[in-house]
Amino acid sequence: MSRELILGRLRAALGAPRPAPADPPRAYRGAGALAVDLDVLVDRLTDYRATVHRCGDADIARVVDQVLGGRQVVVPPELPRRWLPDSVRAVPDDDLPAARIAALDGVVTAAAVAVAETGTVVLDGAPDQGRRIITLLPDVHVCVLRTDQVVATVPDAVARLDPHRPLTWISGPSATSDIELNRVEGVHGPRNLHVIIVA
Amino acid sequence: MTRTFLGMPATAPRGVGHLRGDESFPVAARRGLADPQLRRNLGHATGTIRAKSAAVIGELPDWAQLRAAGRAIKTDTMARLPELLEQLEAAVTRAGGTVHWAADAVEANRIVTDLVRGTGAERVMKVKSMATQEIGLNEALAEAGIEAVETDLAELIVQLGDDRPSHILVPAIHRNRAEVREIFLRAMPGVDPALSDEPAALAAAARRHLRETFLSTRVAVSGANFAVAETGTLAVVESEGNGRMCLTLPETLITVMGIEKVVPTWRDLEVFLQLLPRASTGERMNPYTSMWTGITPGDGPQVFHLVLLDNGRSAVLADPVGRAALHCIRCSACLNVCPVYERAGGHAYGSVYPGPIGAVLSPQLTGVADNASLPYASSLCGACYDACPVMIDIPSILVHLRGQAPHPRAERATMAAAAYTMDRPVLYAAAQRAAKLSRLAGRRGRGLPPPLSGWTASRDLPQPPPESFRQWWASR
Repeated sequence: MSRELILGRLRAALGAPRPAPADPPRAYRGAGALAVDLDVLVDRLTDYRATVHRCGDADIARVVDQVLGGRQVVVPPELPRRWLPDSVRAVPDDDLPAARIAALDGVVTAAAVAVAETGTVVLDGAPDQGRRIITLLPDVHVCVLRTDQVVATVPDAVARLDPHRPLTWISGPSATSDIELNRVEGVHGPRNLHVIIVA
Repeated sequence: MTRTFLGMPATAPRGVGHLRGDESFPVAARRGLADPQLRRNLGHATGTIRAKSAAVIGELPDWAQLRAAGRAIKTDTMARLPELLEQLEAAVTRAGGTVHWAADAVEANRIVTDLVRGTGAERVMKVKSMATQEIGLNEALAEAGIEAVETDLAELIVQLGDDRPSHILVPAIHRNRAEVREIFLRAMPGVDPALSDEPAALAAAARRHLRETFLSTRVAVSGANFAVAETGTLAVVESEGNGRMCLTLPETLITVMGIEKVVPTWRDLEVFLQLLPRASTGERMNPYTSMWTGITPGDGPQVFHLVLLDNGRSAVLADPVGRAALHCIRCSACLNVCPVYERAGGHAYGSVYPGPIGAVLSPQLTGVADNASLPYASSLCGACYDACPVMIDIPSILVHLRGQAPHPRAERATMAAAAYTMDRPVLYAAAQRAAKLSRLAGRRGRGLPPPLSGWTASRDLPQPPPESFRQWWASR
């Protein structure tokens, strides 16, 4: 009932005649305007306290071993097994309860898109990234990124992403600016973010 | 029930929520001005954020074009608000969500309370949300025996300190690290008595305190930064991960959003996701942004409710000048640059929306008579307009609202007399001759006699010239 009330109020508030819908001016740098610069991505990720590793496809497992060797990690159902070294005990997420995921040390995932200019990695819940919960509760997140997934700007990323998937945009580890407006890393999300950029 | 006329825009009701203060701005500001600790805390915090924000805005060569696009998208949104809301409702419903419409704070609180009761839960966890602060949702839930746990660090500091928020983005901006430590030691169960006042240690204490709540609470309540009419996608922009916890872990998610938060298209987010973090926290991008469209089977809450809130917004929309206040994306850049906010503090504004944007938004949501002093809580310096990422001309709206505020009888009488005199050349000439006589009456250093002495208590009375322009012109 309040639906009609509110819509009626809004139509009365706008009165008549209504202005014709106008396309907003988009003179800013849109999708495709800028070339990708991987060094910018590395610089911005590092600036927000993510740890960046660059390696070839064959070396992913070695880097994961450096970060998570000897520890238990949750992995999404379709994470490539060759990314995981023998030193890591991988627990595949088959609808694991939250408490079980929270008790694990880390998580390894792929990514959907990364934005160089803002140092952002975006996950879209594809089978190599998994449910949103698995990248949230463990304290270390290792995210493996292919260079062809990197775009230059936010408009490039918006153009590539599918809004009908659950999306998580991640820019550095969990942080807060709530005390004296100083950025402090590490509140509720993973306190350590490692990004492996695979050439 | 009172008879409601369909189609009459309505202001937010009294007696519920937090849009009206108990005192006028000048009275409440005096308390803030007398608190040197508050002024130090605010000066330090706003200075920090201004410098950070300027640096990251300077990195973008197209900031001006982004602002212009932001303003145009918001202007277009307001012109099509009813249609866009219908489109949003259809898209959210298609994606498995349920949409509710709340005409005011009372109805929104009732809807959320009923939804929580329906789940059988006695506790909800909350992501920081201005809309739920505005309607006083926590108080309404408490009355129904439901505990609301604030999970944003600053909101937690405010809640544990039994305090009121004083900033849109950083509700505990008026507290420094030592004060936060004291609040945690006093009110956080099981906190380490050796807790230091390092922000990292304080954040870690909040992490331990809330972990169990995140894992065991079955219902969450959030606000929304954006809702895309075209796709039904909702977005929450945050830093700590408490938002992700609330949007991901519970079985049921209830999102309360002001109807002005809708944007027409998915592509429009490419503008606002650049404007908001740089203007707000001074970051290239905030640590976490979550976007969801209805429900995703097997991932996150399987029950999603969206509550669309009017609560005075239709009345704001009805004013062609004032409606630009609805363009606000709650970044709080205008607070951080405002000389009045920096000295008076956020509590002086009485409403959950403080600072320059609050001074134009709160009086319009409640009707100007209920917040009559707020349009005057500004020096009209224009710094807010320059800082606003969607180019809201706040000074012009302030002046516009001053015209609607009730004026004292003496002032109205004086202005009416002045208008009458200026309309009549003979009277006006006589008045100017009389003003010359006042050179004798009101000499420098002396003010006007009562009741006009209030005006000259803090101002010098201008010296009338020996000859007026009209006299000089006539004698040429």
